[in-house]
Amino acid sequence: MADDAYNYAYLDEQTKRMIRRAILKAVAVPGYQVPFGGREMPLPYGWGTGGIQVTAAIIGRDDTLKVIDQGADDTTNAVSIRRFFAKVAEVATTTRTDEATVIQTRHRVPETPLREGQILVFQVPIPEPLRMLEPRETETRTLHALSEYGVMQVSLYESIARHGRISKGYNYPVMVNGRYIMSPSPIPKFDNPKLDRSPALQLYGAGREKRIYAVPPYTPVKSLDFDDHPFEIETWEQCCALCGSKESFLDEMIVDDDGKHLFVCSDTDYCERRRTLPEAAE
Amino acid sequence: MSNGHMTDLRTLAPGLADPAHDAQQLFRAVLDATSRPGRIVSLPAAPAGPGTPSAAATAYLLTLADRDTPVWLADAFDRPEVRDFLRFHAGAPIVTKRAEAVFAVLASATPQPFEGFNLGSDAYPDRSATLIVEVPDLRGGPTRQWHGPGIDGRAAVAVAGLAEDFWQDWAANHTLFPCGVDIVFTARTELCALPRSVAVEV
Ligand SMILES: [Zn+2]
Repeated sequence: MADDAYNYAYLDEQTKRMIRRAILKAVAVPGYQVPFGGREMPLPYGWGTGGIQVTAAIIGRDDTLKVIDQGADDTTNAVSIRRFFAKVAEVATTTRTDEATVIQTRHRVPETPLREGQILVFQVPIPEPLRMLEPRETETRTLHALSEYGVMQVSLYESIARHGRISKGYNYPVMVNGRYIMSPSPIPKFDNPKLDRSPALQLYGAGREKRIYAVPPYTPVKSLDFDDHPFEIETWEQCCALCGSKESFLDEMIVDDDGKHLFVCSDTDYCERRRTLPEAAE
Repeated sequence: MSNGHMTDLRTLAPGLADPAHDAQQLFRAVLDATSRPGRIVSLPAAPAGPGTPSAAATAYLLTLADRDTPVWLADAFDRPEVRDFLRFHAGAPIVTKRAEAVFAVLASATPQPFEGFNLGSDAYPDRSATLIVEVPDLRGGPTRQWHGPGIDGRAAVAVAGLAEDFWQDWAANHTLFPCGVDIVFTARTELCALPRSVAVEV
């Protein structure tokens, strides 16, 4: 059934091998950004080309794929990517976190705890955590090489001086295995603790800058902070208006013309599971 | 080919039966092993290869080696049928200088196993070599405690057939982190990975 014009999982075998080699080196050096050659994908940047290339290099017919965009399985972006892999990689798809073997995500980590053997693939727009502080690539590479992260500490401390706290709510930088500062991609800092010693493998793909980095299972991932300003996650006074969860990341929704507000889970699978399965709610 | 030797396609051992799907399955097994060091992973679709090195070592190379990745072979494996196999099925150049290798195949008794291979640089630690070390068995050797990324606490691993100073050399390699070589131990159709990030108690 395979003919010359058809590449399983879209990428040709040589491109897959190159990405696979980069993934293995990324796993061997947790948090370090491995450059890879990569080919142009048939999608505009911002659609998650880096994540798609990683997924294409790892996925097989035995996999069950879940794709989320800001926690939701049903956005245009998530649906397109899921259909793409159902077609080119002949994989089963799911919206259920617990059924998935590979989860490609944009901007969230599922609320349902991940398990051994699962792979979480992050779409990364800007892989370099120091980029806003140091635009030159040769410089940031040197700072990582020397583990010279004073510039990041200063920046966070300035934020405390100005706002009384570290104001960064998304893409909050982490230290991986005590060696590399890493961008967790634009997930809310609420999700950062889920990265720490997760039983799942985390792979991060940046399409525009062609970088892959990884966090192996059970690897320490520490959100940067200070003794007098410890890291804290967002909290809400409300619970989810649909499932009543007090533990999930909530999105604010305006529900009528009077501007009435509701808070609902950002993770649609988690919220739906809690509503349909009473035992999941307690 | 070189040395006046001609590849005989009639005797060349077959490569992957179903290249795209077999390579994907093999890669996932390798990825699983690399992200969970010490765990012994069985390779589902490993072809027998040329007889030596093991099916696992050959499958690793068929999955990841190509014309961009020079391969170095220790004396025990530097034989015409192995070279032909890797050139024909992977397209990988065979090199005689350790420093040029992206992948290297060593025997458990190969002297100075870490000497001379590319360790990567502080700026580009990913450029280091990966050593495939053939051992008689992944089990039954002296038990050592491994710890580091990918391991929940500690892993007791008992790779057989390694010299005592192998682990002292490994300790030296580990202290080079983020530089250093990565290792994959192979025996028959099984494989167990030891990335540079993992410390082994001597
Ligand atoms: Zn909810």
